[in-house]
Amino acid sequence: MAAMTDVDVAPSDRQTRARQLHWALVGALLLACGASLQVGATDVTLTSLIAKLVQGQALSQMERVVLFDIRLPRLAMGVFVGAALAVSGAAMQGLFRNPLADPGIVGVGAGAGLGAILAIVLGTLLPAWVIDMTGNQLTPFAAFLGGWGSTILLYRVSTRHGRTSVATMLLAGIALGALAGALSGILVYIADDRQLRDLTFWGLGSLAGASWGKVLAAGPMIALAIGTALMLGRGLNGLALGEATAAHIGIDVQRMKSIAILSVAGATGAAVAVSGGIGFIGIVVPHLLRLASGPDHRTLLLNSALLGATLLILADVIARVVIAPAELPIGIVTAVLGAPIFLWILLKRRGLVE
Amino acid sequence: MTSRRTPKPATMGLMTAMFGAFVALTVSAQQSADIQNPHADVLSIGGSVTEIVVALGQQHRLKARDTTSTYPPDVTNLPDVGYMRALSPEGVLSVGPSLILSEEGAGPPEALDVIRAANVNFVEVPDAFTTEGILQKIEIVGDALGVPERADGLAAEIETAMAAALTDTDRPDSEKKRVLFVLSTQGGRINASGSGTAADALIRMAGGVNAVTEFEGYKQITDEAVGLAAPDVILTMDRGGDHGASDDELFAMPAIRLTPAAQTRSAIRMDGLLMLGFGPRTAEVIRSLNAALYGNGA
Repeated sequence: MAAMTDVDVAPSDRQTRARQLHWALVGALLLACGASLQVGATDVTLTSLIAKLVQGQALSQMERVVLFDIRLPRLAMGVFVGAALAVSGAAMQGLFRNPLADPGIVGVGAGAGLGAILAIVLGTLLPAWVIDMTGNQLTPFAAFLGGWGSTILLYRVSTRHGRTSVATMLLAGIALGALAGALSGILVYIADDRQLRDLTFWGLGSLAGASWGKVLAAGPMIALAIGTALMLGRGLNGLALGEATAAHIGIDVQRMKSIAILSVAGATGAAVAVSGGIGFIGIVVPHLLRLASGPDHRTLLLNSALLGATLLILADVIARVVIAPAELPIGIVTAVLGAPIFLWILLKRRGLVE
Repeated sequence: MTSRRTPKPATMGLMTAMFGAFVALTVSAQQSADIQNPHADVLSIGGSVTEIVVALGQQHRLKARDTTSTYPPDVTNLPDVGYMRALSPEGVLSVGPSLILSEEGAGPPEALDVIRAANVNFVEVPDAFTTEGILQKIEIVGDALGVPERADGLAAEIETAMAAALTDTDRPDSEKKRVLFVLSTQGGRINASGSGTAADALIRMAGGVNAVTEFEGYKQITDEAVGLAAPDVILTMDRGGDHGASDDELFAMPAIRLTPAAQTRSAIRMDGLLMLGFGPRTAEVIRSLNAALYGNGA
């Protein structure tokens, strides 16, 4: 345990701030959840529903459908997906000791994209019983397999004699991403007009397809993966000092890498599968938090989950309200809001990546 | 039902009488329709479906539309629920429809499941690029709106118009011009229509030959393939963005410069929905495309 104090270089006032921030983020998340249930294209509101319930009035069918079949599953999916992306981003940045790392670096995005494209373009060629069995879930299922599969492949490629080389993984990830991109390109050529549009919308991401089925399929997987990742705080702190130092202070580096990569693959794979490609949450959230309360992963990971969920839910509220009754793909909202904020942080705090 | 025969204010000359009859008929049809059919609030998805709803005199029942519904221009004042393949369930429910009429292929499926769960009637209208296809669309829309007699009338009218247009535009194969339908020229690459598309059907109906039939659907084709296709005329959509290359730009493209179309500078531009949404205006567009291809000085 003496090793702990060596790793804990963060001053205690930062720790206090991180704890305060933690509760502030819990509050923000609850507010965001309230907002998400309160507003939408219809004039159904959470407050009027509560008033009705208190007075013992029955809800109309419209109100029940909007609240329980549209907004609640959407909220649940937003929480899971936002938390998954942000925690994965924080874990990858810690593991690669690179501030630009995000879940995409282990090939999840490219692999999931390839899986989704395969399902959209070639899905109709499957035997009828497979189509019947998977129904609407073929694309998310294929995206998950693609994301998970490419990460496992990458992990196997970069692991020699029981040791995973992070540098190999980074480079192999680029190669694998290019290959997946090329295969996707071939399929895009085969695709017809409608399939192309489906692909475009899939790539921009959305929570509009949320359903309880999807939440139940992806939720437990994401929760398990995030739970596992949250326990990596001490190990990632050690790794910040370098692999050798981390090993000397008693961290099983190889085991930690495996856990980090597998949990990131699980969380991001499931998140991308149900919501499509949503950018910027994974990279912006950990940076914002490091600026606010320092790089200690023991608080950073949990706070990332909270802030990621909050921001994604708020982005979703914007996505569905600005052009109602139509809605924007959420990937557009996160990029439009996220990119300028990220640039602003970089200009303001040049020390961030140097 | 019986109120359809309202007295006509036929005292002020023929024109007034006809106008009056028209109004009376419309009003009474509206009343009877509202009584017969509970679906007063209609969301129409798909440009050609919306046109049919309007052609059946049921525009007053439209509460909202999708992005592709742009004709007649009035309907663009209605709320727009977005692109038909990416509908938002809450957005759709927020316009309060009791009936949704949708061209084939609306989605995503999860959104449709939720909409059906809210007890909103959802009628899918199949799309086929033939006269029969148009008649079937009219029949389905008419039944769903509870105005089958009007639908029969419109269908008969359109059947006659289509048959006449097809007879008038037909010509011997040897005289037929080769037409290349260019969907877009984004980045200097030609995205053209192969077989099995609305554009392909329209070109054939208007008395032309689709210059590219080696593949199905819309695809990017190489410059050489455009040369090989040797189109006499380039047909495009006349809207802005990447679709709207000017004649000079179009004919300067390496792919097109050597085609017969470039030598005669033959390019035809028409509204996308008018050409590709098979509906009440198709007979008219067949004739105008034919006229643009073959003559009347064009």
